[in-house]
Amino acid sequence: MDLHEVQAHLNVWLQDAAVTFQKVPGSAVLIRYVRSSYQNDPVRSAIELVLVIFFIRYLMAPSYSTSKQNYVKLTEDEIDELVGEWTPEPLVAPLAAHEQAELDKLPVIVGPTGPKSKLANGKTVTNLASYNFYNFNANEQIKEKAIQTLRTYGVGPCGPPQFYGTQDVHLKTEADIASYLGTEGCIFYAHSFSTISSVIPSFCKRGDIIVADRGVNLSIRRGLELSRSNIKWYNHNDLEDLEQMMRKVAKEQAVKKLTRRFIVTEALFETTGEINNLPKLIELKEKYKFRLILDETWSFGVLGRTGRGLTEAQNVDPTQVDMIVGSLAGPLCAGGGFCAGSKDVVEHQKVTSTAYTFSAAPSAMLAVTASESINLLQSNPEILLQCRENIRLMRAQLDPRSDWVVCTSAPENPVMLLVFKPEVVKARRLSVEDQERLMQECVDEALANGVLITRLKSLPILHHSSILKDGAAHSVAPALKVCVTSALSKKDVEKAGVTIRHAITKVMTRKTNNKLGVPAA
Amino acid sequence: MPRKLSNPFSTSTMPPSEKAVERRPSQSKANRLAGFFSSKSKDQQTAQHAVPSPPISPSPSPLPTISLSAANGGELNTDETPTTLFEPPSADEAKRQQRRDAQFGPLLSPGHLYVSAHQGEPLEAPVEDEPPYYVVLTTYISYLLLIAFGHARDFFGKRFGDKKRYQSLKVSNGYAPLSDDFDSFYVRRLKRRLDDCFARPTSGVPGRYITIIDRKSDDFNLSYKFTGTYTETLNLSSYNYLGFAQSEGPCADAVEECVRKSGISYASPRADAGTSDLALEVEREVAQFVGKPAAMVFSMGFVTNAGTFPALVSKGCLIISDELNHASIRIGARLSGAVIRSFKHNNMEDLERKLREAISQGQPRTHRPWKKILVAVEGLYSMEGTMVDLPGVLALKKKYKFFLYVDEAHSIGALGPRGRGVCDYFGIDPAEVDVLMGTLTKAFGANGGYIAGEKHIIDALRISNPATVLGESPTPFVLMQILSSLRVITGEVAPGQGEERLQRLAFNSRYLRLGLKRLGFIVYGHDDSPIIPIVLYNPAKMPAFSHEMLKRKISVVVVGYPATPLISSRARFCVSAAHNKDDMDRILAACDEVGDILQLKYSTGIAGGQEPLPEGVTPEMEKEWRRASGLEGVIKPPRWRLEDVIARGVQDAKEKLR
Repeated sequence: MDLHEVQAHLNVWLQDAAVTFQKVPGSAVLIRYVRSSYQNDPVRSAIELVLVIFFIRYLMAPSYSTSKQNYVKLTEDEIDELVGEWTPEPLVAPLAAHEQAELDKLPVIVGPTGPKSKLANGKTVTNLASYNFYNFNANEQIKEKAIQTLRTYGVGPCGPPQFYGTQDVHLKTEADIASYLGTEGCIFYAHSFSTISSVIPSFCKRGDIIVADRGVNLSIRRGLELSRSNIKWYNHNDLEDLEQMMRKVAKEQAVKKLTRRFIVTEALFETTGEINNLPKLIELKEKYKFRLILDETWSFGVLGRTGRGLTEAQNVDPTQVDMIVGSLAGPLCAGGGFCAGSKDVVEHQKVTSTAYTFSAAPSAMLAVTASESINLLQSNPEILLQCRENIRLMRAQLDPRSDWVVCTSAPENPVMLLVFKPEVVKARRLSVEDQERLMQECVDEALANGVLITRLKSLPILHHSSILKDGAAHSVAPALKVCVTSALSKKDVEKAGVTIRHAITKVMTRKTNNKLGVPAA
Repeated sequence: MPRKLSNPFSTSTMPPSEKAVERRPSQSKANRLAGFFSSKSKDQQTAQHAVPSPPISPSPSPLPTISLSAANGGELNTDETPTTLFEPPSADEAKRQQRRDAQFGPLLSPGHLYVSAHQGEPLEAPVEDEPPYYVVLTTYISYLLLIAFGHARDFFGKRFGDKKRYQSLKVSNGYAPLSDDFDSFYVRRLKRRLDDCFARPTSGVPGRYITIIDRKSDDFNLSYKFTGTYTETLNLSSYNYLGFAQSEGPCADAVEECVRKSGISYASPRADAGTSDLALEVEREVAQFVGKPAAMVFSMGFVTNAGTFPALVSKGCLIISDELNHASIRIGARLSGAVIRSFKHNNMEDLERKLREAISQGQPRTHRPWKKILVAVEGLYSMEGTMVDLPGVLALKKKYKFFLYVDEAHSIGALGPRGRGVCDYFGIDPAEVDVLMGTLTKAFGANGGYIAGEKHIIDALRISNPATVLGESPTPFVLMQILSSLRVITGEVAPGQGEERLQRLAFNSRYLRLGLKRLGFIVYGHDDSPIIPIVLYNPAKMPAFSHEMLKRKISVVVVGYPATPLISSRARFCVSAAHNKDDMDRILAACDEVGDILQLKYSTGIAGGQEPLPEGVTPEMEKEWRRASGLEGVIKPPRWRLEDVIARGVQDAKEKLR
């Protein structure tokens, strides 16, 4: 077969192909289009044809995931083998000895909680471990209101607030808190601990900037983590450092698109008891255009003439703070938390805040109790003075007179946190674990002498900060927690103070504990 | 507040003698039933029930008033006969009874009970019916229109509109807007249009009836004004599965005593001084109830999940979660630091595929084996009404050695012959599930949640769960409500009542579900689930349905995107043991009417609601009979008449639903 024949065959074949192609409807249009647009330039047509083929091939190619680049292909048998070999760790690690001891020593209260509480072992002790600062728990007026509410509303609202769970009493409580604080609006959450964890992510999104105090409590830390925002930490209660941080942020952001910026801090710190400087915070926030989320969980119902919190204590207009988060579960003896702010702030949370929308509404009885407690605080502010007097008495017994501990809490804070003096820690080379153990011994010793106190529980915080990114780490100093209440007489307070002081001294001078103090050399 | 609301029920203006009849349900049943229908169906009705009912004039009033107005006939008769032993109750007593009935309806017949239990065959996924194409198309067009209109309004509004209204969207005074334009678009432009269907304020007990505080909006749902009136509606919206939302009865009495004794709060976290003997007792009882060695209670259901996951798993662990799991599980999982993957809703093949991949590949990048794998599922899914395929999951658990976390938020109390959740329903030993979580808000009428498991797990959680260590402890009265309602369910208190509640719930759920299917609605979920979603599709039908039902004095929950897929917006009925068959019939009648008005009857029949088989044909013989009569593959869209639905409902609800 020579070349001519091949050519002839090819021609025939090409002609056949052309004829068939022309038979296809619309082929004439395509040919005309190619001819007119490419002016019979075969090279260009060929290149474009190649591109078309490539495009079709690309479309037909099986999709692959970029995240599975590290994927190892295994046969079914191999997978079965791996499945058979895999042994998971136990769901929870066995408890350490000190954890088990802590669990066993947990005080169990029988009957009502109060300044004198009965424990399960039959002893009646002075209760300086609960946040019942004004003993509202024993208030007959509140109880009566709660029972009336029970007989009208039942116990639970049986639904989330957005689906018929909002009752008129909830609206009233929100209005009461807002008018008490002097803000435009307020939103009532079912659980105090999860309030700020939900408030922060409802406003702060990816790309926003949060400047937070290094010493904030676990609730806030959880909120910060959920927000996915860009978090910067400033040194605990160091507003100079805060300003520096803010200046840096403002400078960095000057050329970029404006994002939301927040300061997150506490009014009274949960882990140290210290008080914040709100006027300075306001000044900074206005200067650098940040919004302020202030956690008043430990100051609401505590600071100020009528217990309105840090804003009242430091004479700041509450509308200058963008979000005030507080708790109704502590001294108010109700339950749940709230976030007060402008109307926009409140409305925004009603739709986007997870702990509000995805949780059942709080019980009507708690709502009424909260309203009633606020009413009591407003109508007799003397009760706050009484409590502060007791704080002063207790402090006088502990802080200046003890050789071992020092109180880090602010003078008006009824939650008194006692930490070991730095020189004690240094001289005895106490590690954090040692301190925790000694603190627990102090608690046990005080309880044996009829005073129930507790210590700062920092395990979840430490556990949590271990999974947070660097910069968040903040060492929580082990501390004893003494919660003062107005319901105790002067004599009782002083007696309890002496008991606690003696308990600490006794523990610290015990032989077994003293050994630790002996230098290794 | 309570002073104003001591008498919030709109029907309480009726003369007391009329309400007495509620106490003698068997006589008045037919009367009340008859009222559901227009005059033409009355004769038929009488015949069906074979109860001689005195002729009553066809009631011109709409549905909701019927249960009261139709009672006239029977009541007058008793008053006229002097020889009867029956003494009409005093006005006070009648009022109290009416109040009790508004919270918990009387059982009309012992036949209206059913035991919720799985029959043994593998759990099949419920058939999901599909609407005609034009419905899907119009739904998409509706959303497109809404979005286009919304953007147009935003565009012009920002430039020419009211400055104040758009202020919050713009940079002002150097502050970035609080919520992004884009983020808030859905809320401002879509949700706001039906905002009055959400967060309707209520008053009083959310029991069988719920009192809604009427409000109106003059500015398209930007703000509301209370009109000062109240509407008592049939409550299909609360998660009051066992009807424990009551202000009277053994639970409320126990709670009152507890408040007098222990006050309102323990004012301290559990780890400090918030642990009480009451809390420990509740924990023991809860553990015993769910069948686990130990349990712990929390003051909020949401935080039970959000706090427990971080305490169970951490970095290097894997959480495989059902794609429809509740937000609290997702938040807990995110806080834990573990890797999170999801599998298709209730799809065991997909779960197995994910497990095989996870175990064989190990951790991403390093390929180290996972420390542990935790599979999180819910017992009953609140938006779908589906149950977890627990036998399927457990079969996989044996092979793949993962840990199983079952969230029984909706299923505890609501499922199973003894109300003990999905394990009880499937007849599975709870020991096979590692962690059982549940809420006490729903079936128990209290607040909070619990975790139950082996003692060492619970002990570890007590130490490491931040919600227990730092969060507030449950209040005494909530604990007492849990304790007393648990004892009612187990029969320790008021024997027989707990069982009745469970069986009424099961019956009501099946009866309503079957009825809705027969009327022609597309209903999602498993047959025994007390959550009954009907699909509405077009977004505008959500508010329309809600308003139409409210007109008929029935409160329902409507849910749309983003809680559901875009096209399947739905209305959700949550059935309660506090309802009785009359209430179910009232809902069916209302749905029948509204379904016609809004064109909601789309079902093709593949998901149930079929005509009953002719006499002498048993379900086993159905296939053969279909072949013989040439009906193979023929599925008639069910469009039953309401009368037939009600006539056959009681009997058919207790058989296998078809």
